[in-house]
Amino acid sequence: MLGRAIRTEPRLFIIGTIGSSLFGLLVIANAFVVGAVIGNVVVPAFAEHRAGTGELVLIAAAFIGIALLRVASIFGRRLGAGYMQFRLQARYRRAVTRRYLALPPAWHQRHATGTLLSNANSDVEAAFVPIAPLPFAVGTIVMIAAALVSLFLTDWVLAMVGVCLFPALFGLNLVYSRRMSPRQIRAQQLRGKVSAVAHESFDGALVVKTMGREADESRRFAVHVSELRDALISVGRLRGAFDPVMDSLPSVGTLAVLLLGAWRLQSGAVSVAELVSVSFLFTVLAFPVRAIGWVVAELPRSVAGWERVQAVLGADGDLAYGSAAPARTGPAEITFDHVRFSYGDGTEVLHDVSFTVPAGRTVALVGATGSGKSTIASLAVRLVDPDKGTVCIDGTPLPELSVPALASAAALVPQVPFVFDDTVRGNVTLDREGLDDEVAWSALRHAQAEGFVAHLPEGLDTAVGERGTSLSGGQRQRLTLARALAGRPRLLVLDDATSAVDPRVEAAILASLRGDDSGASILVVAYRRATIALADLVVYLEDGRVVATGTHTELMATEPGYLNLVTAYEQAEAAREEDSKVIA
Amino acid sequence: MSTAVLEKPAAEEGALATFRRGVALSPELRPGLIGTLALALVSMAGRVAVPIAIQQGIDRGIRAPGGPDLGVVALIVGLTLAVLVVSTACGYAMTRRLFTVSETALGALRSRTFRHIHDLSMLHQQSERRGSLVSRVTGDVDQITQFLQTGGVMLLLTSGQLVVTTIVMFVYSWQLTLVVFAAFLPAVIIIRLFQKRLAGVYRIVRERTGTMLGAVAESVVGATVIRAYGVAGRTGQRLDTSIDNLRVAQQKALRTSVISFSTGELAAGVALAAVVVVGLLLGVDGGLSVGKLTAFLFLVTLFIQPVQIATEVLNEAQNAVAGWRRVLDVLDIEPDVADPDAEGVELPPGPLSVRFADVSYRYPGGPVVLADVDLEIAPKTRVAVVGETGSGKTTFAKLLTRLMDPAGGQVLLSGTPLTSVRFTSLRSRVVMVPQDGFLFDATVAENIRFAAPELTDGDLERAFTELGLADWLAGLPLGLQTPVGERGEALSVGERQLVALVRAYVADPDLLVLDEATSAVDPATEVRLQRALDTVTRGRTTVAIAHRLSTAQSADEVIVVDAGRVVQRGPHTTLIRDEDSIYAKLFASWLEQTR
Repeated sequence: MLGRAIRTEPRLFIIGTIGSSLFGLLVIANAFVVGAVIGNVVVPAFAEHRAGTGELVLIAAAFIGIALLRVASIFGRRLGAGYMQFRLQARYRRAVTRRYLALPPAWHQRHATGTLLSNANSDVEAAFVPIAPLPFAVGTIVMIAAALVSLFLTDWVLAMVGVCLFPALFGLNLVYSRRMSPRQIRAQQLRGKVSAVAHESFDGALVVKTMGREADESRRFAVHVSELRDALISVGRLRGAFDPVMDSLPSVGTLAVLLLGAWRLQSGAVSVAELVSVSFLFTVLAFPVRAIGWVVAELPRSVAGWERVQAVLGADGDLAYGSAAPARTGPAEITFDHVRFSYGDGTEVLHDVSFTVPAGRTVALVGATGSGKSTIASLAVRLVDPDKGTVCIDGTPLPELSVPALASAAALVPQVPFVFDDTVRGNVTLDREGLDDEVAWSALRHAQAEGFVAHLPEGLDTAVGERGTSLSGGQRQRLTLARALAGRPRLLVLDDATSAVDPRVEAAILASLRGDDSGASILVVAYRRATIALADLVVYLEDGRVVATGTHTELMATEPGYLNLVTAYEQAEAAREEDSKVIA
Repeated sequence: MSTAVLEKPAAEEGALATFRRGVALSPELRPGLIGTLALALVSMAGRVAVPIAIQQGIDRGIRAPGGPDLGVVALIVGLTLAVLVVSTACGYAMTRRLFTVSETALGALRSRTFRHIHDLSMLHQQSERRGSLVSRVTGDVDQITQFLQTGGVMLLLTSGQLVVTTIVMFVYSWQLTLVVFAAFLPAVIIIRLFQKRLAGVYRIVRERTGTMLGAVAESVVGATVIRAYGVAGRTGQRLDTSIDNLRVAQQKALRTSVISFSTGELAAGVALAAVVVVGLLLGVDGGLSVGKLTAFLFLVTLFIQPVQIATEVLNEAQNAVAGWRRVLDVLDIEPDVADPDAEGVELPPGPLSVRFADVSYRYPGGPVVLADVDLEIAPKTRVAVVGETGSGKTTFAKLLTRLMDPAGGQVLLSGTPLTSVRFTSLRSRVVMVPQDGFLFDATVAENIRFAAPELTDGDLERAFTELGLADWLAGLPLGLQTPVGERGEALSVGERQLVALVRAYVADPDLLVLDEATSAVDPATEVRLQRALDTVTRGRTTVAIAHRLSTAQSADEVIVVDAGRVVQRGPHTTLIRDEDSIYAKLFASWLEQTR
């Protein structure tokens, strides 16, 4: 993963690494300058009670010069690494969301919204978190190598302190990371749990409140909160144990240098300058060494994130599109020919379904819950492909049509309306070509939405908010219906699309569709009798099979199942009236 | 919009004010604070131990008159080691206490906020705000703990380090200390300026993160529509723009923070140079020892760290403070419907009557939804409230169950004003079945026990049988133990209503308020629902907010609401006679739909 990241952004990685290495070398240089100044300038000057101006200028220039170079190296290191991280994150976010747009609805149905959101957001972020300290870590390795070399050149005894100290720092970092990551993973899981409980409890607020169960819900929540609290405390305790030790180890090194240095000084093996340099070096080295720890610590999270991102990028099941254009204009004819369909788990929900919606006609799909009506609606606009059999528009199998050809031919209005975070206009036209305000208003009129849109503060320009939260359910349904009508589809598929609309308004919508001479063929999934009455033809389904096709009157006469279904409301009423009489 | 209540702009209140407000609301933070601070102080001492050892080692050991004195150096090193061990141990003890206390306090804050949100009527009045209410007890608190665990402790420790370092510097040489201050002063001013800019840039990063998340969510939730309308190109463009906007903002934030960080680095260089130059001049006259000057160079590096760490953790700190503020703001909202608790009374036993005395309701700042409603419902009657969408019938139900209080007038149950009834009594006697029949992600049995935790499986089965649902229950794969899935999605809409109805039945209320679902249910379930409803409502006062006029038809009495007023009242058969009445029209249109 890291390798691929480097190959994707080699320039930024090189800039970052060079900057970081330079920074490391300058840290060492600074230590030796400090030592030289103390040993070779300060000590003699204090002894002779005299300091030359030239020396002072030189010292100032040396410190400031090193500082300037360090600033340059910091720019290189941090901007190189940071830009690399941000660019990679943006790149993979684009790639992941492109897959979302390309993958078929069946794939989307298999994945929870929350998961897909975190794939594009936190997983991509986690995957590239170690990128930022990576050049720093590489630079640190360069620095440690250089430090060891300079230590050995100075004095082998003092170098031994480094030889002991660096591996100790490394080892400690490794142990820390290894012990930390399971704790952090657990904390993350518990966070998810807390969030899930809060979501559910707030979603069911009305039930919680009307049953007076607030206290019990709070207790249920508190159990998860205290688990999370304990996990976070355990994370904190580990950190609390590690941090002070990591801070103190270099100090121990410095003290060792002081003691050993004094001994070596006595024997004349090192100078005061060298002694000061080496002890200064140990105080400033500790911090960069931790950069390696950061990379290591983030790796498990990063790998997990990367794997989840890869799962999305590698997902297949894309629908292939042809290049055919519609065979003709005017209302479309749609034919289901021996269509079979099963969901991912292998249960077949449609068995050998055949029927035709003749051009310009309205066909109602009627059947009990689970009889396969919505699946047929999805197949009609090719949200999914059948396992066997074909769906054709005007004789052309749907997979042969191009994306724009399909989108302009058939429009689906789903059961649950989806509204974009956009204006009313944007929601109706979707920036499709040739859809001006006149078309939008006309579509809104047919969908019985003209009235409420005209009353919105800014008419077509009113922003409806995320998921259309400023609108009622019925208004959202009418808006999505207008969206479908605005594209002047040749086939309109209504999947119980007016369920949240008031009956009176629904009647007006249906009348308007019926009276519209532009003439789309209509395939409508319906429960309400008025909706069924609108149809020229009824396709009656039972358990994924077409049981009968005919007019409403015919089916009422010949199909007892159909009769039962359609009259069930009345039967329910009758039963109740009987009951009331009994009570009375 | 009421958005303002929940999302105040970040700049409204200072970080310190938030901190004070937060500490006041989290008493868990206080105990042992002095002990923790004492430990922090000792652990700080470890940070300056090494420079002091260097100074002592050089002046008394290495440069001892008569050559390096190893014994003295060994003694100093030994003492310092001891100090280090003690301070490290104290550091551990301190962070341990700090994390324990702060996580305990934040956990308690989560729980308290959770409960408080449940007490706010905002939760059910504005369902679209639920997501942001959830983040009050999740993401917002997470931000605080994340900051505390990383940047926060570091900031605290380095601030202490700054103080201790300054003291030691002053002891060694006040002149050099002033030199260090002078060298850092411009840097501090510049960094402060950058901090302000940085705060602005980070705010933009947060905003753009939100926009990007919104765009991603839309592409995921709307996947079907995007495909059906062939508008993937348009959506893709929006995504790319939001992703790139975020990247540009992140890079700008990074640049700003690097410049700020570099200023500190440069100041450290200048300070080193100035200390050496001035130190030399001072030392030449015998005013300073070699050891002290050397120690000073070490101290300068300790001095710069806090400043730089402060810049680095600024973003986290701001996120944390903003998160804290959002949590506190929610806690500050007074519940508009308060439990009279100890001062409250119990509802009188037996069937309940309902009286609305000149009741009116309006949303704060909004139009009047219900006006001058004055009516009485006798005990054990079954009443249907009908009216078009937006007529005020749902408000009627919410006032009746005291999910809201009226703006004017009074609601009384059996003569007792609703506002004086203790919640425990109210919620056990008055139960509402909401539209969507919300189910928890648990088994059928657990969902029903939500209303009456003491019931056995046998009791539950009996309830199903009494409601004529035994066959339905038997048809479930695991019977009572069948999991219903998230929000009950493993069941159909109608089946969810069935379970919700059984739940209301076992609660055995004296007043049942039904908010009928608008969406159609498949006929077989519909029949079951109607039968069950009959049994549930028998013998209790029932108020149904009816969307299906079949409910009104079979009710003892119908109340017709139009534009916030009760316009008609009476049994169905009487109301239907006046052909020009609102009810007659509603009924005619409904008939047209079903026949």
